Amino acid sequence: MYIIIVGAGNVGYYLAKTLLNAGHEVLLIERDKRRCALLSDELGEVVMRGRGDEIRIMREAGADRADIVVACTGDDEDNLIISQIAKWYFNVPRTVARINDPRNEGIFQQLGIDATVSSTNIIYHLIEQELETGEVIPLAALKRGNIEIVDVELTTRSPVIGKRISDLPLPPNALIVCIIRQDNAILPHADTVLEPHDSVIALVSAQDERLLRRVFAEEQSE
Amino acid sequence: MRIVILGCGRTGAALARLMAAEGHKVTLIEWNSDSLERLGGKFSGAVITGNGLDEDVLKKAGIEQADLFVALTEGDNRNLMAAQIARERFRVPKVIAKVNDPIRAEAYRERGIYTICYSLIGSAMIRDLAYDRPFGSIEEYNTVPPALKD
Repeated sequence: MYIIIVGAGNVGYYLAKTLLNAGHEVLLIERDKRRCALLSDELGEVVMRGRGDEIRIMREAGADRADIVVACTGDDEDNLIISQIAKWYFNVPRTVARINDPRNEGIFQQLGIDATVSSTNIIYHLIEQELETGEVIPLAALKRGNIEIVDVELTTRSPVIGKRISDLPLPPNALIVCIIRQDNAILPHADTVLEPHDSVIALVSAQDERLLRRVFAEEQSE
Repeated sequence: MRIVILGCGRTGAALARLMAAEGHKVTLIEWNSDSLERLGGKFSGAVITGNGLDEDVLKKAGIEQADLFVALTEGDNRNLMAAQIARERFRVPKVIAKVNDPIRAEAYRERGIYTICYSLIGSAMIRDLAYDRPFGSIEEYNTVPPALKD
């Protein structure tokens, strides 16, 4: 795949390296001259200097043949405009925007960004999970937020422990797609039995997320 | 008219004073309280200090009842994001944004946000002055001429 990353801060830099190691074609666009020079020494021609919100730069970057554009600068407004220009002008099939202020998630989805990643939200959910077990952690939103990919970490006290997947009272618009057990990914079938500390990855429609949460949550006296 | 203006730079301050003096209900949003000095002592509108991309701040400024929203900060992208929030989230009937990059200005104008591009207007006026000829229309100057399309 050809992936253009705009913004070579720590997030953009490590993402570029990870994708390169995985064998993808990557272009990292950064507007700061010194940062560019520094990264070029290490990554070579993969680094390009310029602004990802300028159509001329994106054309030069070959955005019209990019499979994904990732906007991960430190400014939400820049990430929004970079993603929109990639979509409107270059028909990039998938745009991913980093969100710094988690409250911007909704408006980004309303404005047509395919996927948003908010590290603030992810960390918040991880902390919240420490406090309240059985938490459903959103990993990504698809189709403008109508479908979510969520991760449910099972505790020893979850009511689903020892149950088969076919016996779970899942809401209609939910599908368990993967179970992570001790760093192994298991593709589940009806007879798969859930164990403590399983990480259950599910696709769920946004309106059924609450119902899904109830299936896995331990009984709580509130 | 109820008008919400984001950004108290030179244009924001001038527009706020102009429209308030003409009897409109103006609310100005500005992040930096030092910039508010530009308003002078006679400004009759309201001022909200805060981040104009924050929906709570926009609500406090009365965006839900606004007839017009104008984004005039220093940042093109900031103006375009604020304008889209005003239009899509709060359904403000008329939304105007200052955008200095001509290409970006055109891209968003085609999508319903009226953008004003000072760099295009200024350069066209200077060209006319150079030729000693009368000025043309602002509308024409505000669109990207063929010479600037790559």
